[in-house]
Parts: sequence; structure tokens; C-alpha cells
Amino acid sequence: MGRHRDRLIPALGVGLLALVPLAFLAVFFVLPVGGMLMRGFHPDGAWDFSGVAEVLGRPRTARVLWFTVSMAAAGTALTLLLGLPLAFVLYRLRFAGRAVLRAVVVMPFVLPTVVVGVMFRALLSSGGPLGFLGWDRSWVAILLAYVFFNLAVVVRTVGSMWEGLDRRAEDAAAALGASPGRVFRTVTLPALMPSIISAGTLVFLFCSTAFGVVLTLGGLRYGTIESEIYLLTTEFLDLQAAAVLSVIQLLAVVVMLALAARGRARTEQSLTRTRGVARAPRRADGPLLVVAGVVVGFILLPVLTLVWRSLRDGGGWTLDNYRLLAEPGASPALRVSIMEAVENSLRTAVDATVLAVLLGLCVAVVVSRRPRRAAGRRVVSALDGAFMLPLGISAVTVGFGFLITLDRPPLDLRTSAVLVPIAQALVALPLVVRTIAPVLRSVDPRLRQAAAALGAGPLRAASTAEGPVLWRPLLAATGFAFAISLGEFGATSFLSRPDRPTVPVVIYQLISRPGVDNLGMALAASVVLALLTVTVMGLVERLRVGSVGAF
Amino acid sequence: MSHSHIRVSVCAAAAALALTGCTLLGEDKPESGQSPPDSARETDQVSPAGGEVVLVTHDSFAVPEEVLDGFTEATGYDLVVQASGDAGSLTNQLVLTRDSPIGDAVFGIDNTFATRAVGEGVLTPYSPSELPPGVSDHALPGEAADYLTPVDFGDVCVNVDDAWFATEGLEPPQTLEDLTDPVYRDLFVTPGASSSSPGLAFLIATVGEFGEDGWQDYWEGLMANGARVTSGWSDAYGVDFTFSGGDRPIVLSYASSPPFTIPEGGEEPTTSALLDTCFRQVEYAGVLEGAANPEGARALVDYLLTDPVQAAIPDSMYVYPVTDVELPELWAQWAEVATEPIEVDPALIEEHREDWVRAWADIATG
Repeated sequence: MGRHRDRLIPALGVGLLALVPLAFLAVFFVLPVGGMLMRGFHPDGAWDFSGVAEVLGRPRTARVLWFTVSMAAAGTALTLLLGLPLAFVLYRLRFAGRAVLRAVVVMPFVLPTVVVGVMFRALLSSGGPLGFLGWDRSWVAILLAYVFFNLAVVVRTVGSMWEGLDRRAEDAAAALGASPGRVFRTVTLPALMPSIISAGTLVFLFCSTAFGVVLTLGGLRYGTIESEIYLLTTEFLDLQAAAVLSVIQLLAVVVMLALAARGRARTEQSLTRTRGVARAPRRADGPLLVVAGVVVGFILLPVLTLVWRSLRDGGGWTLDNYRLLAEPGASPALRVSIMEAVENSLRTAVDATVLAVLLGLCVAVVVSRRPRRAAGRRVVSALDGAFMLPLGISAVTVGFGFLITLDRPPLDLRTSAVLVPIAQALVALPLVVRTIAPVLRSVDPRLRQAAAALGAGPLRAASTAEGPVLWRPLLAATGFAFAISLGEFGATSFLSRPDRPTVPVVIYQLISRPGVDNLGMALAASVVLALLTVTVMGLVERLRVGSVGAF
Repeated sequence: MSHSHIRVSVCAAAAALALTGCTLLGEDKPESGQSPPDSARETDQVSPAGGEVVLVTHDSFAVPEEVLDGFTEATGYDLVVQASGDAGSLTNQLVLTRDSPIGDAVFGIDNTFATRAVGEGVLTPYSPSELPPGVSDHALPGEAADYLTPVDFGDVCVNVDDAWFATEGLEPPQTLEDLTDPVYRDLFVTPGASSSSPGLAFLIATVGEFGEDGWQDYWEGLMANGARVTSGWSDAYGVDFTFSGGDRPIVLSYASSPPFTIPEGGEEPTTSALLDTCFRQVEYAGVLEGAANPEGARALVDYLLTDPVQAAIPDSMYVYPVTDVELPELWAQWAEVATEPIEVDPALIEEHREDWVRAWADIATG
């Protein structure tokens, strides 16, 4: 009886823990997306699949599908390839300015796509400084933008894991005569694999739902599933065709997540975690330092172009663009000053972060359990995938879905301001889970069992074993969630109220209007947004210093 | 050990948060810890039994706060603005939510989407009985005029960088036809019809100019002459246009763009709009079918035609008022509108929009 209880209660507790985030997902994702699919396939009270074959038969559909998948795969591969050396340099080596560089890497993640699009084009267009490359309005520009936006995901997810990896195994292999390359392949890489797969999954999802940047940098020559759904829904109101594409998108995402989960399960291992393994750079690190330097340069180029242009006025230097930010009536196109928008952004970000971290922690704890029975393991793995889905589904489907499903009590939320942090939390949640879960999974379950054997209750056993390693990923996840919320535009623009816009919404409004002042203010506001993010992330980095345990 | 408490309290907090989320639902103004804007608090005191009017609009809607407050002062209704997307996205949202409308009144449906809004039954008939002078010039044809009242208009026209043409010693183009002239090879940039509303307006202009069967040939010629297509107005004008440092001196923009190109210390704009190439976009307001507050919605439509709103329109939304209020000085001087804009029947646009955009995409972006 006693033994039975011991096993039942943790399982029950874990199940209950899953309920809150599941309910959240059901109401704010499954319901709206389901509503839109129903409008497509069940329009007037009867099932209708008449358009399915036609949509699938369009040559455009196949082309768009191929472009989406191949570009997302290429973007993921390149981001991983460039991100790993940078993760090594920023998390395994110790040198002056490391904290600043770590923060710089995150900046692109929050820059509004419309501004990045304009900056990339200003660099690459035939009149720009890099015009000779001929990359303007080509798929190369799109690929570079994918890398630019997503490097942060790889560097932070893998870097956090790498940072706490015990070096003794590597040292032992080296002492036994293995070359550095071989040590990396046989010792380091296998240990990092789960986090690499985690990061790759996220990057793939971000790339495959990229939208504005594909249109801007590709000059409309390339369409993705996302841009097709957008066009079909917002312009043509062809809901059935949009639903067909949404289902394809959903299936593709599920298949990808299943493959990733299998890969991760095969590579997962319990790891010994240490702290303070970072060392000073050595001569042998040279090639990696060069790659990392080039990658940082690649990030800084558009960012510095942005800063430079925000400080220029005609032929001279000026701070006017920044001064105007604080003035309430500086642009007649805006109802609020940018400083008020900053305040809105910060408040919304706090709400969204609290929501995402609390729910994400619950999910991470649940999905890091390894049930003994196969069925249990499948449930855990499905749960893990379920919370990734929102990243792979069109924001416009979710946004329109909100409008048609959350329209009556007790969920009459359509016009409510709480939808903004909720939508942002939906986007941040997967990153929170992906930052925390790999670390929890790498904790040897025997630690928990030992604690239980010594008489600790299930909660106490879990917290004794996992609590100490939890702090760093928790802080990292908090910073990340905050950054996502600050930079989120797709869902926010759809849901935010005009009297309470966030910074990216204001930037979009400014850049869509004529007038040199408006463009200047949009650029300055983007710099402010990036600095705000870097500051927040910097503070988080500082908190992480000195904490005990893994990560 | 204390971590167990943390985990318990974390999850308890999560549950509590979900619960507070629910209690917020019943409230009229869910603030989620954010303080209500001051104006809302003040108007609560002034407003009589009027209640709330919800205006649904697109994300370019901008009217100064004090002008919006004027509505509350004049009518006693509180005004709540819901904005998202462009005119197309706005119209489609209204169609989707027809059975349970998200507001009372709408502003921002334009002549390219008006037929859909009226045909799908998202509006209830209302137009002020006495329109100020000038307004009816912009009214929709047929019975659609009973549903939608004109509020503003803007001319989407090809713009040229006169300074660039002067330096090159080249005569700028005048007409749409000119843009296919080899003299202007590789000089034109336009936002695309599938991703931008001025881009769509330009496509419709070419349909109006060259006919339902002739526009495809025109576009073939335009592309063969090196026209560049971008995704949005902001990068066509802000990156490619020579005025902004790009390499294209001819750009698709608005009749109202030139006044914004007066150089510092200069007297006149360095760019101009080609007034023979314009398509007129008119934006309308109306009362939504099933509105919770139809009275208030009607009052709001009336208010949008009053002088304070109409006078604020040019500076806030970069389009022209429909009444004869005075224009800002720079506009009066430099932002001339087309005398004979290119016209296409709204019903024809609604019928063919999707075919046109798809055919256009094959020609211009393939």
C-alpha cells in the first residue's frame, strides 16, 4: 500500500501540474485554430471539402510548400553551423566583454522585422554598400535574415547547456590521445545533442512561419505557406483554401516535432554538471574565435547601420530623432509618445513573462519525467510537442480564430487587453520549456530516488534533486520570455488596442507613413527597443553569475 | 528544501493567475494590472446614460486624442477604438464576426472592399440625412451609398524625383504608358498588389486605364522595362526611391507625398505626383449590423464628418477630408489631387480582385 502510494502520488501530482497549461493551450490555441478550420471545412452547417483537391492541385501550393520547407531546413542548418562556435566562445571561454557580446547576440531577436527588412535592403540593394553581391531580393537575403533572427536561440539554448558541462570527460578522452576534433565528436557533441535538437526545432519553426521578412527581402518572388495563408485569409477570405494550408502546416509541424522528439530521446543522457568551467582562450581556439568574430560582425552590421541612420540627419549628426521620442505630439500619426509605448511594452512584457514562465515551468517539470511505461513516455512526449505547436501555426489563423471563438461569456475576450500578454506568452512558452526541460532531464533520476529513499516526500525529493540546477535556466528563460514579449509583433499588432500600443506596433505605424521625421523616429525607437532588451538580458546575465549548479 | 515550497507556490500562483484571468472576463475594461488611461476615468464622470460606442477600424486610423474626446463631450458616449490590419483585413474580420459583431461602427472600409462589406450584410443602412457639401461626390454608386458614408480619400499616384531628373537632364514621365518607355528603363519601383494596399490600388488603376483585357500586356511591358516590385510601400519609398538614397527615381506613392520632401530650409518639394496616374481610394464609415449601441454608432458616423475630425485628417492620416474644411497650408500648396482619377466600378473590383491579383502575381513576381 505504502509503495503503491509512493508511485501514485507523484504521477497524480505531475498530471495535475499539466492541467493548468493544458487548459491554457486548449482555450487560447486549440479553440481558435479549430474555429478557423471549422469555418473553412464546415461553413454553413455542413461539411464541405470541395475545394481541397483544387488547392492541393495548384502548382503554386507545391512550390510554396517546397520553398517553405527547404528554406527552413537550410536556415536551421546554417544557424546551427554558425551558432555552435559562437555558443562555445561565449559560454566556454572567459574574456573581457563576454557579457556584452552575449547580450548583443540577442538584439536581432527583438528587432521588428519591418525595420530589419529595411536595413537589410538598404545594405544589399543595388545602391547600397553591399549591392555588388547581387543578393537584393534573392533567397540568399532571406536565408541570411533567418540566421540573423535565430542565432540567439541556438547560442542561448546550446550555450546554457555547454556552460555547465563537466570538462573532465573531455579531458580524459584527450589524455587518452584523442584529437580535439575527436573529443568534440565523441564526447562533447553527444552530450550537447539534446539541446542542439531542441534549438534546431525552435529555429525550424520560427523559419517556417517567417512572413514579413520573406516578402520584404524576396521582393514578393517567394511565397511561404505562412504568406499564402495570410493572403487567403486577410485579402481573399478564401477560408477553405486557408484551412487546407493550415492543416498541411499542422501536419508538417507534427511530423517534424515527432522526428525531433525521437532524435532527442535517443541522445538523452544524465550528465554531471559543474560550474566555472569557462577558461581563457588558447591558441588552438583560433579558428573558432575567427568564426565567432565573423558571426558577431554579421549581427552588428545591420544593427550598426540602424544606429548610424538613426543619428543622421541630411548630412550631419543629430539626436533629434531620439528627442522626438519623448514628445507626445511629435508625430501626428501616433496617439501616444514612444515613451508611453515603452511603458506599455514593459507592462505587457511583465504580464506575458510571468504567465509564460509559470506555465512553462509546469510543462518543463512534467515533460522532464521519464515514466517507466512506454505509454506514459508517449504521453509525455506528445505533451512536449503540443506546447511547441503555436510556433508552427500561422499567427493570422490564431488571430482571426480569437475573433470568432472568444466571443461569448465566460470567454468574451476579443476586445480585451489581456489577449496581448496571453498571445505573447503562447509564443514565449515553447522557449521557456526548451530552456528548462533539457536541464531537468539531464538530472539523474537516481538523485530523486535517493532522496525519496531517505524519506523525502515526492515534492521534497524533486526539489532537493532538481531545485539547485533550476535557477539558472529559470532566469535564462525569464530573460528570453521578456525579450520575446518586447519584440513580438505579429499577434500583438492584431490584438493591441490603439490607445495602448507596444513599441513594435508604434514603429510599424511610423515606418508606414511619409515624412523624414517618421522614418527617423522609427529607427530611433528600434534602437531604444534593442537597448532595452540588451539591458534586461544583461541584468539577467548578472543574476545568473554566482548561482550554484548546472547550466 | 525551500524549493519545494517554491514549486508548490509557483503552481498555485499559476492556478491563481488562471483564476484571476477568469474574473477579469466579466469586467468591461479588463486592465490586468495596467492602470486605465486618464481619459477613460475622466469621461466616466461626464458621461450620462450614453454608454460606450466601439469603433472598429484599421491600423492607420489616427485622430488626435482631443478630437476623439470631443465626441464624448458632444454626445455623452464613451468611445472605444479597436484597430487592426489594413482595409481588406478589416472587412474580412467584419464578415467573419457578422453573427456577433466586435463593435458598433466601422471606419476604414474603402472602395475596393465596400461591395464585399455591403454584400455580406455586415452593415445596417445608415447615412446622415444631410451630408455636408462635397461629401456626396465621393459616395458609392447605387444602394451601397445607404450603408457607407465617405469620410476621407487619398489618391495613389506615381511620384517622381524631380531633382534626380533635373540632374540627369531627363524629362520625367507623365503617364502610365510612359513607364514602359525604354527611356525610363530600370527607374520604377512599386509595392506589390498582393502585399500592399497602395500596390493593389495601382494594379486597379492599370485595369481602369488599359481595360480588363489590356492590363496584363501593360504589366508584361512594365516588367520587361525593369520595374522593381517590393513587398511594401515603406521599403519602395524608404529604400529604393532616390529621394531616400536608393536608385529608383520613379515610385508608386500618394498625391500627398510631395509636401514631405521639402528640404530643410527649402521652399518647395523636390518630388511631385503624376496626376494622370492616380487611383482614388475613398474610405467610408458605417453602422454595423447587430450593433449593441446603434444610436451611438450613428452619432459617431455623424461626428466623423464634423469640422474638427475632417480638419485633423490630413495631418493624422495623410489623406484628404471629404468636406470643404481648410487644408493645412503645405497641403493646399503642394498636395494637389487628381482632377480625373482613374475609376473602376467597386462591384467589378469585388468580382475580380482575386483573379487580378493572382494573374498579376504570375506576371510581376513569377
